[in-house]
Amino acid sequence: MSRANSTIDEWAEREYKYGFVTDIETDSVPPGLSEDVIRVISAKKQEPEFMLEWRLKAYRHWQTMKEPTWANVKYPPINYDEIIYYSAPKQNKDGPKSLDEVDPKLLETYEKLGIPLAERAALAGVAVDAVFDSVSVATTFKGKLSELGIIFCPFSEAVREHPDLIRKYLGSVVPYSDNFFATLNSAVFTDGSFVYIPKGVRCPMELSTYFRINAASTGQFERTLIIADEGAYVSYLEGCTAPMRDENQLHAAVVELVALGDATIKYSTVQNWYPGDENGVGGIYNFVTKRGKCQGDNSRISWTQVETGSAITWKYPSCILMGDNSVGEFYSIAMVNNCQQADTGTKMIHIGKNTRSTIISKGISAGRAQNTYRGAVKINSGADNARNFTQCDSLLLGDKCGAHTFPYIEVKNNTAKMEHEATTSKIGEDQLFYCNQRGLNLEDAVSMIVNGFCKEVFRELPMEFAVEAQRLLDVSLEGSVG
Amino acid sequence: MVEVQEKTDAFVSEFRRCEKNATQAGHDWLFAIRGKAFARFAELGFPTTRDEEWQNTNVASLAKTAFEPAGRPPNRVTAEQVKPFTFGAADVGRLVFVDGRHAPELSSLDGLPNEITVASLASVIRSGHATVEQHLSKHAGFEDQAFTALNTALMEDGAFVHVPKGIVVEQLIHIIHISTAAKTPSVTHPRNLIVADASSQVVIAETYAGLDDGVYLTNTVTEIVAHDNAVVDHCKVVREGERSYHMSTLQIHQYRDTTTTSHAFMMGGSLTRNDVNAVLDGEGGTCTLNGLSMLDGTQHVDNHLRVDHAKPHCDSREFFKNVLDGASRGVFSGRIVVHKDAQKTDAKQSNMSLLLSDKSQADSKPQLEIFADDVKCTHGATIGQIDKDAVFYLRSRGLDEQAAHGMLVYAFARESIAHARPESLRAHLEDLAFSRLPETRLPREDIS
Amino acid sequence: MLEIRNLHAHVEGNEILKGINLTVNAGEVHTIMGPNGSGKSTLAQVLAGRDTYEVTEGEVTYCGEDLIELSCDARARKGIFLAFQYPVEIPGVSTNYFLRAALNSIRKEQGLDDLDAVDFLQLVKQKAKLVEMDGSLLKRSINEGFSGGEKKRNEIFQMAVLDPKLAILDETDSGLDIDALRIVSNGINKIRGADRAIILVTHYQRLLNYVVPDFVHVLVGGRIVKSGGKELALELEESGYAAIEKAAEQAATVAS
Repeated sequence: MSRANSTIDEWAEREYKYGFVTDIETDSVPPGLSEDVIRVISAKKQEPEFMLEWRLKAYRHWQTMKEPTWANVKYPPINYDEIIYYSAPKQNKDGPKSLDEVDPKLLETYEKLGIPLAERAALAGVAVDAVFDSVSVATTFKGKLSELGIIFCPFSEAVREHPDLIRKYLGSVVPYSDNFFATLNSAVFTDGSFVYIPKGVRCPMELSTYFRINAASTGQFERTLIIADEGAYVSYLEGCTAPMRDENQLHAAVVELVALGDATIKYSTVQNWYPGDENGVGGIYNFVTKRGKCQGDNSRISWTQVETGSAITWKYPSCILMGDNSVGEFYSIAMVNNCQQADTGTKMIHIGKNTRSTIISKGISAGRAQNTYRGAVKINSGADNARNFTQCDSLLLGDKCGAHTFPYIEVKNNTAKMEHEATTSKIGEDQLFYCNQRGLNLEDAVSMIVNGFCKEVFRELPMEFAVEAQRLLDVSLEGSVG
Repeated sequence: MVEVQEKTDAFVSEFRRCEKNATQAGHDWLFAIRGKAFARFAELGFPTTRDEEWQNTNVASLAKTAFEPAGRPPNRVTAEQVKPFTFGAADVGRLVFVDGRHAPELSSLDGLPNEITVASLASVIRSGHATVEQHLSKHAGFEDQAFTALNTALMEDGAFVHVPKGIVVEQLIHIIHISTAAKTPSVTHPRNLIVADASSQVVIAETYAGLDDGVYLTNTVTEIVAHDNAVVDHCKVVREGERSYHMSTLQIHQYRDTTTTSHAFMMGGSLTRNDVNAVLDGEGGTCTLNGLSMLDGTQHVDNHLRVDHAKPHCDSREFFKNVLDGASRGVFSGRIVVHKDAQKTDAKQSNMSLLLSDKSQADSKPQLEIFADDVKCTHGATIGQIDKDAVFYLRSRGLDEQAAHGMLVYAFARESIAHARPESLRAHLEDLAFSRLPETRLPREDIS
Repeated sequence: MLEIRNLHAHVEGNEILKGINLTVNAGEVHTIMGPNGSGKSTLAQVLAGRDTYEVTEGEVTYCGEDLIELSCDARARKGIFLAFQYPVEIPGVSTNYFLRAALNSIRKEQGLDDLDAVDFLQLVKQKAKLVEMDGSLLKRSINEGFSGGEKKRNEIFQMAVLDPKLAILDETDSGLDIDALRIVSNGINKIRGADRAIILVTHYQRLLNYVVPDFVHVLVGGRIVKSGGKELALELEESGYAAIEKAAEQAATVAS
C-alpha cells in the first residue's frame, strides 16, 4: 500500500516539474483518468486508429456509469483518480540479482509447491537472462505453434499484427458497455494474451508454461481474447500456484473466449494471491469479467478454477450457449481463509437448442472467512431441451467462517431440465477425531477430507495443474485446522 | 378474513352433538379439547390462497360446499367391496372404518400378538385408557391449522394402536377408511392415534378409499408417538374418489434414538392436501418421509412437510416424487427447522417431478430455517420430462412409444416404492402404480 | 489389559468423570450402563483420546503403558478401537480408501508392511460377510446416505478389519430395529476372543440378550456405583435407574 502511495507522490511531483501533455517519452503517466491519458496509452502502444476510438467510446460510457455495490463483499472505496493507468513494462533493473536476494519465506513456499528451480527465479523477479535461457525456451514453443498457424502473443502485439481478428472479435463477448469494470478495462486495458487457433487445429500443448514465465509482468487491466475457429481445440492455463504479489490494488481484467462450430476451449485458472502480511493487509481487489461464447453449433467452453489467497474476488466466468448442442461447464474451488471475502459464481445463458451446462462449485471457508457463491442459470424462451446440472458445495473449517449460496434460476422454456443440489458441511472436530481414532494423523486426515471434497473439480484440471493445485490447497490449509 | 361464503352450519350442529356425547360420557378432558378446537376453527375459518401455507392450494370450492356428516343413516359395505383396497395376505391385522365408523364385521385382528392393543378409538375412549388421554391431541396442534381444529372438534372414530415396551410387531396392521359417497356431499373426520412404547417396533398402513364418485371430504388426523428406541414404519395410500377432497395431517413425535418412516402414496382424490409434521424431540432420532403422487386430469396434490429438529444428532430424510399428467398439479413444500441446540443435525430433502404433458405443473419450495451452527442440510429439486434418449433406446429394442413411456414412468415411480416397508407391501403398491400408468399395452409380468 | 484408576475428566469446565475405577482383562466383555448424562459416552471418548476432554486426575494404563500420554491416533495404532455413537460422514472419501489408509498406518506401527490393494480387498470381502454387508457399499463415501443401522454396522465392520485389542462400543445398539440389532450383535460375538477385550456402553438392556457380558457396571453421576454379572442388567431393566440413582445421590451427599 505504501509503495503505491510513494510512487504516486513521485509522479505527482514530476507532473509539476515537467507537465505531461506532449511528453510521450516518459515511462509513465500521472495518476487519474482522462481522454488525454487514454490517447497517451494508445500512442505508446502504437495502436491503429480503430483501437483508440474503441477505447474512447468505452471511456465516455464509463463516465456515465456508477460503481456497483454488492451486499456480501465489503471494501474501502476505490479512488479512480489515484490510480496510474499506464506504466512501462518492468525492466527488472531494481529486482533481486539472484535467488540469494529473494525473501527466504517465498523460496520456502516455492519449495513446498514443488515449483521447478528454473522457474523460481523468474517468479521472484530475478532478471531472467541472468539465470536461464528463457529466450530459447520461448523460441521453441513459438516455432512449433506457428507451424500450425496458431497465434499466441501478447494482446498489444495482436492489435498491431492482426488487427482484422481483433476488430472482428474484440468486444463480441463482453461489449465495452457490459459492466462498470469491464468498461473501465475497455478504456485503459494494458496487455494480456491473444490466442487464435485456426480451423481444425488441435493445439498440441497446454498454453501455460510459456505464459507462466511471463506471469510476473501481468498488468492491472489485463485483456485476453481467445478464438477457436471451427473444429479447433485449445487448453489455456492462467496463473500459477506461486504466490502472486502485486502492489496494484485494483485488478479489472476482461477475458473473452469465442468458440466457433465444433470447437472447444478449456480455460483453467490456478491463482494464489500473496496474502501480504499476517493480518491480510494489502489485499488485492480482483474484479474480473470472464465470458465465453459458444458461437457455433456443437461448441464447448469450460472454465476450471482453483483460487486461494487474500483477495476480494469478484468474478463470474460465464458461458453464452448460442450454438445448438453447445456445452458450457464451470468447475471451481474457491478457498478463503483468515479475514478474506470471496463472492464468486457463474452464469450460464442458454439460447440455442439442446444446450447443456454443468456447474460444480466447491467453496472452502476457514478462519473468519466468508465465501459467497452466486450461480445464475437462464433458459431463454427459444432454448428448447436445455439441460443444467448445478452442484454447489460448501465446506466449513471451524466455527467462525461462513458460506452463502444464492442460486438464480430463470426458466422460460418448459422443455428445460434443471437439477440443483446444494450442500453445506463442516470439517468438524468430530470428523477429524473419527480419522484420528482410526490411526490417521491430523495432517493426513485434513488433506484426505479436503481432497475428497474437491475431487470432482481436480479431475477437470490438466494433470500438472491438478497436482499443483492439490499441493496449493494443502499449503493453504496449514494452520487452519487443529 | 374469509370472503367465500363458508358453509359451516352443518359443522356447528355436529359439534353440538359431539359436545353432548362427551359430556354425557363424563369425558371432561375430551369435552375441553373439543371446545377449544371448535372455537379455534370458528376464528380461523378455512384457509385461502392468501395464507402463506396455502398459497398454491385453493380450497374455496371445499369451503363453499355444505358437507353433511357421512353415513347417516349408515351404509352397509361388504367384504367384497373392501377387498380391492386390502393388501391381501400381507394384512395381518385389519381395522376397517366405513364412513368414519368402525366396522367390526369387516375387521380382523387374529395373528397379532396379544400384548398390543389395536382397537376403535371411540371404544377405547368410552372405556377409558390412560395412554389415549395422555397423547390424544397433545401433538397435532390446531393453533394455525383449521382442518386439524375441525377434526379435533368433530372426530368420532378411528384407529388406536398401542405397542407396549419392548414388543416387536413385524406383522402389518392395516387401517382402512372407506367412504360411501352419498348423493349429497358428506364428510368424515377420522382420527388415529398410534403409540409405540420404548424399544418397541410396529408397522402400520392407512388406506383411504371411496367407493363411488360422489363428492365427499375426508378430513383426517393421525398422531404417531414413538418413545425411546422405538421403530415405527408407516405407510399411507390415498385412493379416494374422483370428486373427493382429502385433507390430512400426520403428526409424528419422536423421542430418543427412535426411527420412523412414513410413505405417502397419492393415487386418487381430486384435491389432496397432505400435511406431515415431525418433531425430533430426542437425540439420535431418524425420520424418513417419502411420497409418490401419480396424478392425471385436474388432480391436485399438495404435500406440505415440516420437520423440527429440536434435539441434536438427529437425521431427517425427505424424498418426494410426482408424476404429473394431464392438467394435474403437484405442489411440494418442505420446511426444515433446526432449533438452536440441535447440533449435528443432518437433513436431506429431495423433490423430483416428472411432467408428462404440457399442461401439468409442479411447484417446489424448500425452506430451511437453521438456528444452530453445526448442521448439515441438503435440498435438491428436479423438474423435468421423460428422457428422450431413454425412450429412443427402448424403442430401438422394439417397444412402441407408449410402452416405452410407460416403462420409464414406472421406473421413476418404482424407486419410491422400493423403500416402503414391509416388503410384502411393495408388490401391491407396484400394482397400484402400474394401474396409474398412462394407457399402455405393457404386460404386468414383464416388469419385475 | 486396561487399568483405570481414579479417573477424573472435564469437558468445557464441567467435571463429568468423578473417579472411575475399572480393570478389564483380555477375553472379557464389560458392559457400562447408566442413565443419560451419567458419563458413559464421555468415558468411551476419554479412553479413545478425544482432546476436547481433559483428564484432571487419575491414571489409565493400557498393556503396561500410560495411555493418557498418547495422542488419539497413537492409541488407535496401538490397538484401541472406538465404535462411535454417532458415526461421522465424510463425503468424497470412500470407506475402502479410508480403511486401507488406517489399516496400513496401524500395520506400520506394528512393523508390518502395507497391505497391497488385492490383499486388502480380500480381507474386506471376508469381513463384510461377517456383518452381512454388501461390498459395493464400501466404494461409497464413508457413511454417506447410510441409515442409522447401516452406520452402526459399518462401525462393526471397520472393527473387524482393523482387528483391535481393545474395542469400545459406544451405544452401538441405540436406535436399531430388531434385524439390525441381530446383525450387529452377531458381528460383535464373532469378534470376541481370548486375546481381545470389549467394553460395551449401552443404555438399553436389549443388546445384552444377544451379546452376553461377563461384567456389568452401572455408571451414575460420573462414578461406577455398582458392578455385577449379567443379572445386574436384568435387574436394571425391571426397576430402572431411579433406585440406583437415588442411592448414588445419597452416597454422594454422605461423602461430601
